Amino acid sequence: MSGPGFAHRNPVRAQPGYLGFLIHRVSGLALALFLPVHFWALGLALDGEARFDAFLAWTQNPVLKLVETVLVILLAVHLAGGLRVLAIEFLPWHRRQKAAVAISAGFGVAMGLIFLLNA
Amino acid sequence: MQDTAPRDASGVLAVEIWRGGTDGGFARYEVPRRANQTVLDVVTHVQRQIDPTLAYRFACRVGMCGSCAMTVNGRPRWTCRTHVSKVAADGRLAVAPLANLPVVRDLVVDMAPFFDKWARAEGRFIPPQEPQSDFAVVKPASAKRRAADAGIECIGCAVCYAACDIVGWLPDYLGPAALNRAWTLVNDVRDAGRDRRLAAVAGDAGCHACHSQQGCVSHCPKQLNPTESIAGLKRATAWASLRGKL
Amino acid sequence: MGLAAGQTVNAARVEAWLWIAQRLSALLLAACVAVHLAVIIYATRQGVSAAAILGRTRGSPVALAFYGTFVAAIAMHVPIGLRAILRESIGWSGARLELATIALAVLLLALGLRAIGGLV
Repeated sequence: MSGPGFAHRNPVRAQPGYLGFLIHRVSGLALALFLPVHFWALGLALDGEARFDAFLAWTQNPVLKLVETVLVILLAVHLAGGLRVLAIEFLPWHRRQKAAVAISAGFGVAMGLIFLLNA
Repeated sequence: MQDTAPRDASGVLAVEIWRGGTDGGFARYEVPRRANQTVLDVVTHVQRQIDPTLAYRFACRVGMCGSCAMTVNGRPRWTCRTHVSKVAADGRLAVAPLANLPVVRDLVVDMAPFFDKWARAEGRFIPPQEPQSDFAVVKPASAKRRAADAGIECIGCAVCYAACDIVGWLPDYLGPAALNRAWTLVNDVRDAGRDRRLAAVAGDAGCHACHSQQGCVSHCPKQLNPTESIAGLKRATAWASLRGKL
Repeated sequence: MGLAAGQTVNAARVEAWLWIAQRLSALLLAACVAVHLAVIIYATRQGVSAAAILGRTRGSPVALAFYGTFVAAIAMHVPIGLRAILRESIGWSGARLELATIALAVLLLALGLRAIGGLV
């Protein structure tokens, strides 16, 4: 952003719709970057069950568990945020946009916790 | 919000006002604090009493003409209806020209790109070719009339345009006001330009560029909802393209 | 798509169709991702091993149909989303943007189908 209107820190973005957009975009981008790795890893099964199993055993370390938890949160957040976008575009307007953003973020964190507690 | 300036406000307000073009800067002025003072009152005082070279734009002073919008403490606002007590609660007031439009000088922006986009969005009523024999009957309670009503009170102040992220990212983007106007016309049953208009608003600079951040919704001084209008255009253009009419 | 000549003529149609594709794939993905999240949590409870995973998927027509739908929806949804980012944040446009979008779709489809080949 340039120009005098943005000379100060941009308070125009201090509203739930922008936060919802930002969460959706960042989670979507991260998932898109992860997908090729995910597909490649699943494709290891082509090289035989033993190779696949060795890879899966390697993923059981705490660091990767944490990465997986983050991925679960990103996926859940993007799912809930996507439903929020569909609601904006296809359902009658609802005034509680802030609640919609909060609920979708909360759903993501909840799914992450459930995953982590079971991992 | 806490009203820190009572009705009998007195004292002096230190205000920063943008001077020069895009690469200009803020200048400080001291303005007497008055009861029920608006941001436009402050700017007018500076121009009339302190520095007559200050350029700014206004006309009606009562929130109808849409010509006095400026950036007030970082947010686009209609300055004639914005009380200093509401926005300068911490005693700080900075007034700059609107974002996303070329700065002419001081607080004046060139509104041409904004209104050119209304034209590009076919934002005008297009009458049918053949003469109509009778008055069109539009029931006030009909869904289309209500959809048109919801967006019709736009005063063209460009506050939404300045608050829109997409306009900043994609300079060709038609923006919330032009698309909102197009949506009111799509819902005008007398209008004959529907297909043309939907084709005009569906481009890669049109309604599909909107990601529903709702900066327009949270800043529109008339409490209109351009995001909802743009969503309507997305649905309408989708149906039009499915029927091969786009 | 994205031809230099006639681009403005087609832009409206391209955008409208991309929007439809993005929302339709989103609806499919909403269902797929909900199931996927449930499977992830169930599978971690059961313990992650090649035997456990392949035991669920190998030779299963349900798994084939589900993951086939999932991958197809992904190959449609992800490139359209990345296209918006390339356009708005990196400033790509025209043939470069459309070719990148198609390349991403082909890449994800190929990798996804390869993964299904390994699992089912």
